[in-house]
Amino acid sequence: MFELRGLIDTIWGWIAGLLADIGLSAGLVQLIGYAIIAAVLFGVIALVVLFLVWWERKVSAKMQDRLGPMRVGWHGIIQTIADAMKLLQKEDITPKNIDFPIHFWAPVITFVAAFMVYVTVPFGKGLIVADLNVGVLYIIAITTFTVIGLLMAGWGSNNKYALLGGFRSAAQVVSYEVPLTLSLLGVIMISQTLSLGTIVGQQDGFFKWYVWRQPLGFVIFWIAATAECNRTPFDLPEADSELVAGFVTEYSGMKFAMFFLAEFLNMFTASVVAVTLFFGGWMSPFGPDFGPSWLWFFAKTFFFVFVLMWFRWTYPRLRVDQLMGFAWKVLLPLAFLNILLTGLGIYIFD
Amino acid sequence: MATQNTIRVSVRRRAATLSFWEQVYLFEVIRGLWITTHHFVLNLYYHILKLFGIRKTHPLTPTIQYPEECRPLALRLRTLHRLARRDDGRPRCVACMMCETVCPALCIQIVAAAVDDPNIEKRPKSFDIDIGKCVFCGFCVEACPEDAIRMDTGILDIASYSRGGMVLDIDRLLSLNAATERTDKEVDQLQKWLLQ
Repeated sequence: MFELRGLIDTIWGWIAGLLADIGLSAGLVQLIGYAIIAAVLFGVIALVVLFLVWWERKVSAKMQDRLGPMRVGWHGIIQTIADAMKLLQKEDITPKNIDFPIHFWAPVITFVAAFMVYVTVPFGKGLIVADLNVGVLYIIAITTFTVIGLLMAGWGSNNKYALLGGFRSAAQVVSYEVPLTLSLLGVIMISQTLSLGTIVGQQDGFFKWYVWRQPLGFVIFWIAATAECNRTPFDLPEADSELVAGFVTEYSGMKFAMFFLAEFLNMFTASVVAVTLFFGGWMSPFGPDFGPSWLWFFAKTFFFVFVLMWFRWTYPRLRVDQLMGFAWKVLLPLAFLNILLTGLGIYIFD
Repeated sequence: MATQNTIRVSVRRRAATLSFWEQVYLFEVIRGLWITTHHFVLNLYYHILKLFGIRKTHPLTPTIQYPEECRPLALRLRTLHRLARRDDGRPRCVACMMCETVCPALCIQIVAAAVDDPNIEKRPKSFDIDIGKCVFCGFCVEACPEDAIRMDTGILDIASYSRGGMVLDIDRLLSLNAATERTDKEVDQLQKWLLQ
């Protein structure tokens, strides 16, 4: 009941039948199917991101005793769409003496990398585009792509603030990638698989969520993930007070919007990974068949996005040396300790 | 004021060094989160109450959504001018030129005309105030011997697309009424606000 898989299968069966009747070959029909899936996924993700931008503004307003957007739509609900429209209309300013291809492709790479993760994310029961058997590895690899975009933006802009922002983001993301990956290793050791669908399937019940077996792993992952999405308190790449806007300084119009949306998409990605690996993905806390699975997935994910926003409006920014010291001297040893404890636990209990 | 009062000020000094638990930072992190949660939850609570009409005001958020809701004005606030009328409806103004003379911004232009009634000196044929020039000093109100010009309309949002549009003529000035000619309930609210 309320599951979307059956509905999707029915609709696709109808469309595929229609296309076959026109006289398209089976391969072409399948190709069109892939395109439709990509379009639908993009639509859902774009909608989520638009909602998240509005939500961030509302949450921050409530935390600071303000009202937030109130004018566009009910309590400003379509404010983000208005903003996106404005950014679409704006002139796309390209500064002099920039490295044009690098400057041009940086936002595209950042956005596409942030979007590609969702291929292997189980949104609900049976709602997974491709249950890759290397899912976790794929996600780690693709999210790291983001830093290339940021570095390109910094280098291609011909601006010292952008360059500093780009370098900072490279240093930060590469450093935090290590404890992040190591913290996920604990879950992989227990689950004995890299497939996200299987990992979710193993957590069918509140006490089977991997966060109970990997509390330290989750804390490390969450801190590192906050740093990965360049969120406060680790928002050094775009520290407004020091670097104007960091790597996005020289971007305007739609390119800026792409960076902006990619940032929120990365937030959502971090929450999705946390939910999938540690909090049972689309499984409800009361067993696998309680309520619509996709609703549980989105509820959990939005909660973790809220936690990221909560962090942002609470903590002040770290210094660069504190940031690096924290990654290499605190998180990395803790991540190794977590792997050791997990190994011992598996050796003793299993 | 012969006696000299000594005011004792107690300064709460912050410890120069952080305590052990503050240095650990783990608990301070959670304390920080608690502060934002506190604000968030309380704000959300009051917003929901306001949304369902249980409460009219929001005690934590001081924002006034301007065109829809206005801040209550003080009773003595100098706002847009108006010309008062006599009981029979004619303007109180006798075109004595006091306000025009006293106006430091030279924004009042009066043209006088004769009146048949022997009790009334003159009448204003035209009475223009250029609000674009007015400095809202209120001298005109103080100078008026007939209490004809008043600044009690409570109108603050005066705007026009042209300089000419900022000039109010006698008909417009006579058509305005005082902010105090509101209902009793509204005046009560105003005074309650003033006493705060």
